[in-house]
Amino acid sequence: MSSHADNKDRQFLAVIGDEDSVTGLLLAGIGHVTPPPDSQKNFLVVDSKTDTATIEEAFQRFTTERKDIGIVLINQHIADRIRHRVDTYTAAFPALLEIPSKDHPYDPEKDSVLRRVRRLFGE
Amino acid sequence: MSGAADREAVFPTRQSLGLMKAKLKGAETGHSLLKRKSEALTKRFREITRRIDEAKRKMGRVMQIASLSLAEVTYAVGGNIGFQIQESARSARFRIRAKQENVSGVLLPTFESYLTEGNNDFAMTGLGKGGQQVQRCRETYARAVEALVELASLQTAFVILDEVIKVVNRRVNAIEHVIIPRTENTIKYINSELDELDREEFYRLKKVANKKQQDVAAQDAEIKRLKLEQEARGKKQAVADEPETSAGPAELLEAEGDEDVIF
Repeated sequence: MSSHADNKDRQFLAVIGDEDSVTGLLLAGIGHVTPPPDSQKNFLVVDSKTDTATIEEAFQRFTTERKDIGIVLINQHIADRIRHRVDTYTAAFPALLEIPSKDHPYDPEKDSVLRRVRRLFGE
Repeated sequence: MSGAADREAVFPTRQSLGLMKAKLKGAETGHSLLKRKSEALTKRFREITRRIDEAKRKMGRVMQIASLSLAEVTYAVGGNIGFQIQESARSARFRIRAKQENVSGVLLPTFESYLTEGNNDFAMTGLGKGGQQVQRCRETYARAVEALVELASLQTAFVILDEVIKVVNRRVNAIEHVIIPRTENTIKYINSELDELDREEFYRLKKVANKKQQDVAAQDAEIKRLKLEQEARGKKQAVADEPETSAGPAELLEAEGDEDVIF
């Protein structure tokens, strides 16, 4: 299957998060900037001034356009802002993961995957 | 009967009966195999969902610790290092690799993290002060990301398994509720038609036999009649012949008699 051949190339993680989360994850060494001609970062810093369209655009780019990203990390409070996109995203690759942020504690009720888990177990 | 309508369009011949029987057998084998596959996948699926639940909770804790260590860094460096770090990110040190695991014919990807050697984008970060905290923070975050990668592979497996289980269950149900009843109906139909043909054939043979018997009887009667006739004729002839063959003595006797009478 061709999709499996593609998955071999997915070797980066991408982040959409607030400044602290992104800084921490970059410190861990996940940051990657593609070579100059069309230089693309694999992270997006979102603050209160960032508008939703930008987040959606980055989400779109990380999940569908770029083929080298295996996991997309997104802060839960940012995922809430584009909740419709996150909930309708069902593809296996790249994996979408909602992570807690410093200011917003993690709420399992909102997580799209955990909600599916709960629905399957009829809770 | 509603079931009678739900059958395959075949001619009721012995050959198609054989085909249908083979099909039914195949469907039953396939059904049991798929059922077992579905059960194996569901078992795996339940295990994965349980692990996801655990991992998500663990992730909450790990990220909290990581944030705390980042706060330490901010405090030690004495200012926000976010901008500096975002600008100095060049090439990913922490990368992932997708591997595949085979669970009853379904390929489940698992991510595996690895560190590339020899590139360090943040060699200068915390050079002035707080270098130790930066180092510790990096380690903490690296551990956090490892947990996240593990969770991501579980989640991917979850999504894929969910899909596959749905497909397999759909197939199991289709075979159980559509294909098997229909094939059974077809077999029933073919059997009834064949029985009907048998009965027709039997009746026809009986008729033919009857007719033959009648013919034979008629022939026998004819032969008998002819024989009788012939016999009768033969007797007559014999009666007619006898005076001729024994004409001498008869005539002699008659002659004597005649003479007697004359006398």
